[in-house]
Formats: sequence, structure tokens, C-alpha cells
Amino acid sequence: MIDATSALMGQAEAAESGGPPVAGPAPVPITLKINGITRTLQVEPRMTLAEVLRGLLGLTGTKIACNRGACSACTVWLDGVAVCSCMMLAIEVGARNVTTIEGLASGSQLHPVQAAFIEHDALQCGFCTPGLVMSCAALLEHTPDPTPGDVQAAISGHFCRCGTYPHVVSATLAAAKARKA
Amino acid sequence: MAADGTTRTEKFPSGILSVGLGEVERQVPLDEPPPLPPNAELAVIGKPAPRQDGRAKVTGATRFTVDTNLPGMLHGRILRATLPHAEIRAIDISAAARHPGVRTVLVLARPGDSATAVVRYFGAPVAAVAAVSMAAAEEALRLIRVDYKSLPFVVDMDKAREPAAPLVHDAASAPVGHPSGFPAPHGLPLNGNVRGPATDSRGDVAQGFAQADTVVEGEYRTQVQTHCCLEPHAIVADWRADGLTVHISTQFTAGVRHELAEAFGLPLNRVRVIVDGMGGGFGSKSTLGDYGRIAVGLSRQAHAPVCIILDRQEEQMTAGNRPGTWQRLRIGARRDGSLTAISLLSYGTAGVALGAGVGFVAQGLYDCPNFESAQHDVFINAGPGCAMRAPGNTPGAWGMEQAIDELAERLAIDPLALRDRIDSSPVRREERRIGAERIGWRRRHAPGADSGSVKRGIGVAQSYWMANVQINSSCEVRVMRDGAVEVLSSVQDIGTGTGTVMAQVVAEVLGLRPEEITVRIGDTDFPAGPPSYGSRATASITPPARTAAWRVLQLLFREAAFALNAASADLVAREGRILVRDQPARSMSFGEAASRLRTDRISAVASRSEDYGGYLRSMGDAALAKQYLGGVQFAEVAVDTETGIVRVERVVAVQDCGRPINPLQTESQVHGGILMGLSYALFEDRILDQLTGRMVNPNLEQYKLAGPCETPAIEVMLLENYQGNSATDAYGIAEPANIATAPAIGNAVYNAIGVRLRTLPMTPAVILAALGKIPSRS
Repeated sequence: MIDATSALMGQAEAAESGGPPVAGPAPVPITLKINGITRTLQVEPRMTLAEVLRGLLGLTGTKIACNRGACSACTVWLDGVAVCSCMMLAIEVGARNVTTIEGLASGSQLHPVQAAFIEHDALQCGFCTPGLVMSCAALLEHTPDPTPGDVQAAISGHFCRCGTYPHVVSATLAAAKARKA
Repeated sequence: MAADGTTRTEKFPSGILSVGLGEVERQVPLDEPPPLPPNAELAVIGKPAPRQDGRAKVTGATRFTVDTNLPGMLHGRILRATLPHAEIRAIDISAAARHPGVRTVLVLARPGDSATAVVRYFGAPVAAVAAVSMAAAEEALRLIRVDYKSLPFVVDMDKAREPAAPLVHDAASAPVGHPSGFPAPHGLPLNGNVRGPATDSRGDVAQGFAQADTVVEGEYRTQVQTHCCLEPHAIVADWRADGLTVHISTQFTAGVRHELAEAFGLPLNRVRVIVDGMGGGFGSKSTLGDYGRIAVGLSRQAHAPVCIILDRQEEQMTAGNRPGTWQRLRIGARRDGSLTAISLLSYGTAGVALGAGVGFVAQGLYDCPNFESAQHDVFINAGPGCAMRAPGNTPGAWGMEQAIDELAERLAIDPLALRDRIDSSPVRREERRIGAERIGWRRRHAPGADSGSVKRGIGVAQSYWMANVQINSSCEVRVMRDGAVEVLSSVQDIGTGTGTVMAQVVAEVLGLRPEEITVRIGDTDFPAGPPSYGSRATASITPPARTAAWRVLQLLFREAAFALNAASADLVAREGRILVRDQPARSMSFGEAASRLRTDRISAVASRSEDYGGYLRSMGDAALAKQYLGGVQFAEVAVDTETGIVRVERVVAVQDCGRPINPLQTESQVHGGILMGLSYALFEDRILDQLTGRMVNPNLEQYKLAGPCETPAIEVMLLENYQGNSATDAYGIAEPANIATAPAIGNAVYNAIGVRLRTLPMTPAVILAALGKIPSRS
């Protein structure tokens, strides 16, 4: 699902010359909307969204742990949908809004899921935590009244070696209640 | 400790709270605080407190080592052996060195050099580059040409034990000891690929078996488990003319500083080791590691900071693992259950390294006058093992605790009743009582009694772990003139909440709230703290934290005493105020007292003193307390006898960590121990290809791990166990919580299906083979 405005599709010259669209290996300009701010930057087409967020933009809250979509530590939102940012190229993002862990809170006001994670101790080493927070917060956007099974399913692609799952589930259920109150 | 004028006599609460507390008299150094009452009488300690770094972690603000980005920083990558055993005849780095992005190349396996020319596992370091980007470094690695002479190899432990097996090591390369001491001390014989035996004995085992009315015997196997820390091993090394600064994801900043100083010939004060956020270690980040040495070498050569982050494949193949084991246990007992003899024979493999013993469960868990063990390390051509959460005891308990259940059945004694008879620990006795009630032990039926295809069962197992203390542990507490309070130590928080318990202990002393204490840790510029391994951080750092806070409070009292026109000795700190004992009207706020300081800052440093009752054993910087950390876990499982799938539905864990400081964090850690144990029991398995020596599942999807959907209902119950051993009487929980889970599940599976499984992991194939529904694989 490559957005029509993405840099990959925007190589009009290459398409006109008859060959397939080509980008790179040299950096190409792209525009990303991240946490409500529009950023124009030069990225190598081979760079993943996770690499661009962490490396070029310094948004290191997004973590890379397996770099192949197996652990979900790199979860961000694209137009509100939780995705693995290590599994897509930055040039594929196009016009979609990217939300990272740094953009979840409203100023100093934590998102209810973030507040509940602290209160329920749903984190230990904290490395997988940003990804888990993003998935649990995304869940509440479309399932405001989740069951424990809904939360387990929502985080089933995540891996936490410290074993925070029980507290992640209780925190997310509590956050759902807090949002409704 | 003798009363020699440097100590005073104090009475401490003593015993297990739910059993009943008594008092114990201890000699306390004069400059240490008075006894801490039980948790119920305290304001902060023993109460759940949110993590001091919680907000930073849920907002992504925490800086982990992998997030470090220094100006001019280069990216290092390591070229790794593509054969499991080979001599490197030639290596050509010229093309790599010419790559425009490359700043330096390091040859690690040097042709002709007897110490380095042979690589002994797939993934062993061969060369390294530092380049301006990760991509450039990767490109450069592909330009290095290595001429390997392939050597015979063996990656299967049983085959490696055969006399004609290819030799992994020669006499010069074979390691002779292991830093963890599991089990191989120096001087053990080497026969082929087998180092050992390391032996231990007491009494007369032959006589013990002769006295036995029954003997159970079993062979148990455990697989290799990898640590799978979410944050990979990572380092940023910055070598400069005036000293070396290293950011590293480590479990022991002070230890890494020592290693660096020694390896690079630097004085300790020219080496600084820093870790802020630390993304899990579980034993695998206890030392500097080869990657760490390589990064420093690259930085020194390139005159620039160098970052090395291992990728997941390197993590799985080279960065440590829990060794696989084979154990044969024989246990003799009289009809009444009393044990007459225990004999343990074990072979384990930590790849090219040592440390594959099965620990101390068979020796120490139960009363038995006659004991013998012979433990062996078997070298294979695989990545080095290292300590992993309760090294030795977790695989050891898998065998021992199932053997005890087997014995109970043989003697027609309830497994808990048998343990009541042979386990003298008052801690576990109480834990069994509490846990049996909670799980509903009386519901437990005869093995295999369920009629349907899904069969349920309940099992129990116990744990045994040393109460480790790092004597070389120091802490500073500062109070600033504006009332700000800081606690400082090089101790690191690897996710256990060390910083938070330090804040709680300091807050308790100063009459403040934990969130009012600034925690500054993970930096060797602060007083040297303990490692975060051996479940010893809390036991080691909270007593000096309390002592330092108490000392600094005495300094503050001097200022307040003058203002309140009272004697220092009559002052107490409570609820943010300093007040005259029994005259609460005469008081001032903590901040007001601080504002009267004559200097901007007062400070006190304290170090971990000896346990007030002495130690079982001291070993340099470390010691063993005169108590053991007991735990009892119960598991309830459902086994689908058609598919072979085991579902763990519920785990009840009753654990002891002395005085719990933060029950919320402690519960979290117990969850982690149980889930790692459950994952070990059912899923995890490092698989090596017998033909290529390569790990075939070096990732996080084919290396199977328990996830959210495999997580059972977990109930954690903590004892409060007071012994008057230190200023806080607190011990660790990480390892004790991991030991009993797999055997509890194993015993529950037996109770469900009536067939005993002795091999981990209990995959569907293993279950179905045990039920005779499919042929056995081995």
C-alpha cells in the first residue's frame, strides 16, 4: 500500500523513460508529517522508517530490537494504525501522519495509557515499553472498552523479556476506564 | 562481630511475619542507623511506589546505550566466522580499508598467531571496521577476504563426549575456570572435549543407598536458552588522550571499569563507564565482552568515538546463553520419606566456554546426610554460554524437583507432605502452606485422572538460591541548601527498579516522599556500586543508601537543633518536617532546615558493612549471607492429548526476598521470572545445524518465546522475612523467581497425563511422543 504521493512513486522521469521507477542509492528528498510537524529531509531510499526516526530525526523513543517485524518494539502509528516502523521504508510513508511515542502525550499531560503504565508498573527495563504503549493506545482508539483478551491480542506481536504482560493488560484496562470517566 | 567499642547492641525484628515475629540481638557499627521496624510501621519502605524513571520510559525519553549519539561517532561492525571451526590462513583487508566511509580496520583473528588464528564457533569475531555509517561498515565487511582452512567440528554434546570426536580446544585454548564458578574451578582435568569432573560430597553415599527402602533414578535434559534482552549488547567507546569514556549496556559499571583499566593499561580514574537506560541483561551483560574490547580498540585506532550495536543474529549466536545439560539423579529414601543418599552426575555444554554445571539444588535443597556429585563441562563448537538468571539452579531444579515428586509418588506420600519432612527451611514450609491454600492443592487428582482429551493437572516445585551480597558497594546521599536530595552510586538499574528502591530507602530516613529524591546512578564517577547480577543489587546497595541518608540527616539535625533549641538526638524527620520527638509543635520543614546549611551542599558516603550476624562465606568483594532465598511455585496446566499443546493456566508463586522494599516492582520481577521459566519449559530452544554448525533460529520468531497469549494468570505472594542482617534486611528476587517454574510445570504435566517428561522444552512433539502417539525423535 504505497501512497501515491510517496517518493517511490514520484520518480516521474524514470517512469517516462520506460523503465521501472528508480530511487537511490543516493539520498532523495521526502516530506514526513511526524507528531504534527512537517519535516523535509534527505533519506537514502534503503532506510527504514525506524532508522530515519532514530538516526536522522533523533526520535530515539522508537526502538529497534529485532529489525524484522518479530518483536514490535518499533511500533509507531500511521494515520492512527499501529505498524512496525522497521518493516517499511521511509520513502513509503507518503502523506500519512506518523505518530511516535514522543508525540503521544499532549504536552506534559500523559496519555491515559502512559499514566496507567506507570501506576500499574507495566514496565521494567523499558526498552519494549514505547512500542507496547503505542499498541495499547491504538487499541483504545478503536476498542474503547476492551476485554483482557482484546489487550492480549493487541500486544500479541510484542515481545517483553522482563515479563510485563500481566501489568500491561491491567494498565490498559485501567486506562480504558480512566478515558471514559 | 565482637562488641569492641566500634559497635553497639541492638534488637531487631526477627522471623517470618505470617508465622510470628521475635527479636534477635545484633552488634551494629556505631555509625549505622538503628534497626528498621517491620514494614507495617514504615511510611515508604514496603509500600508500592511508582518507578522513579517511569515517566521517562513511557514517553520514550530514557536514553539507552543504543540511543547514544556522540559528535563524530563512527559505527563499528564485526566480521564473524562463517565456519564453526577453522584456521584462518590469510585475511585481506585492503579493499575494506580503501572504502571511502571506513576510518579503521582491526584484524582480530591473526593468521599464524596461535592465540587467535583458530575460530571455534560460527560467529566468532574475525575482524572489525569502524565507518561513518552503519551501512558503510556493512559494505566494508563484505570487502574483507578471509581464507579459511576448515577443521572438523562438533556441535552436539553427546557426540562431543565420544573419544573420537573432533577436538574443540587444545590444551592451550581450553578455558580452565569460569568467573561464575559453575562448576569448574581451576585445575580440573581435560579429557578430549570434557573438562571435569568437579566433585562435591558429604557422608557415605554407598551406605546411604544401602539404607534406602526405595531408590528413584532418572535422566533429565535441558536445552540451550538464549537471553533475548530486548536491548542488544551495545557500547559507545570514546578513547581520548586524557582518558576513556564508555557508554555500555551493562549489568556492572564498576566491574567494566576494572576490566577496561586492566585490558588497556589505564588507571581507574581515567576510565569512566556510564549506563543510563539499560534494556535487560539477565546475566549476559555482566562483563565487558569481546564486542566491548573491539569497540575500544577501534576508537583508540580511529581517534573517534565508536558505537557497536550487535544485531539480533549476533545476539542469538554469540552473546551468551544458558548452557544445555544432561543430568542423572539417583535418590534413596526410607519409607517415611527421609532421604538417605543423593547422587548427581551431569554433563553440560556452554559451547566453547565453561559454566554448564547444574548448580546447588541437589546439594542444598533437602536434608540428606549422604551426597555426591560429579559435574562436567563439554566443549562444542558453539557460541559461549554465560550466566543466565539462576545459572545452574534453573536446569538443576528441573531434574531434582521432578525426582522428588517421583519419590513422593513411589512412597505414596503427598508431594507437599514429603517436602515438609525433608526440607528444613522454615521459609519454604510457610510458602508451601500459603501457596497450597491459594492454588487449591486439595483439588489435585491422581495422575492422568481426567477422562477427556484435555487433561488438567497441578504441580509444585521449590527453589533454592544464595543470598548474595557485594561488600564493595558504596552510595552517597547529598542534601542541597534548597532542600533537594540526591542519592548517587555507580549501581545500574537494569529494569529491576534499583533506583526506585534506593529513593524509597532514602525517603524513609529523611521523612520525604520517594519522588522527592533525585536518583543518579549508572556512572562510575559516583561511588562504586554493586553489579546487577546474582540477585544482589538490592541487598548490597539499600543498606549503604540508608546509612548514608542517616548520616547526612545527623548533619542536618545539627543545624535544625540550633534553630529549634533542642538536642540533635531528640530530633526526628517525618512527613517533610524535622521535629522534636514527642513535641510536634516544635518543628520546621525539611527545606527550612536545609536552608540553614552553611554550605551549598552536605553529603555522606556509606559502604556496605558486613552482615550484622556475619557471613556464611566471604569471597573478595562478594559474600554469602547466612540465609538462603526460598521460593515455592504452583502451576496448573491443561494438556491437550490430541495436539500435544500444554497450556499453563495459572501460576501461584510464594517468594522470599527478606524485607520487600517495593512490593509492586517485586511482583513485576516475579512475573518476569515465571514467564522466562514458562518459556523455558515449553518453547525456547537454540537449534544448531549439525551439518554447518550454524544456529538455524537466530531471531525472535523461529526461536520460540512465550508471549502475551501464553501468559497464565499469575498470583504473587511475598513473605516478609526479617533476620536483622543489615540496615535494610532486604535481598533480591530475580533469580529465585525463575528456578521453580519449569519443574512446577513439569510436575503439573505429569499430574495431568500420568507420563513423566524429562526433556525440555515440552513441545507438542515431545508430549505426543511421550503419550506414544507419534514416534520419538531421538
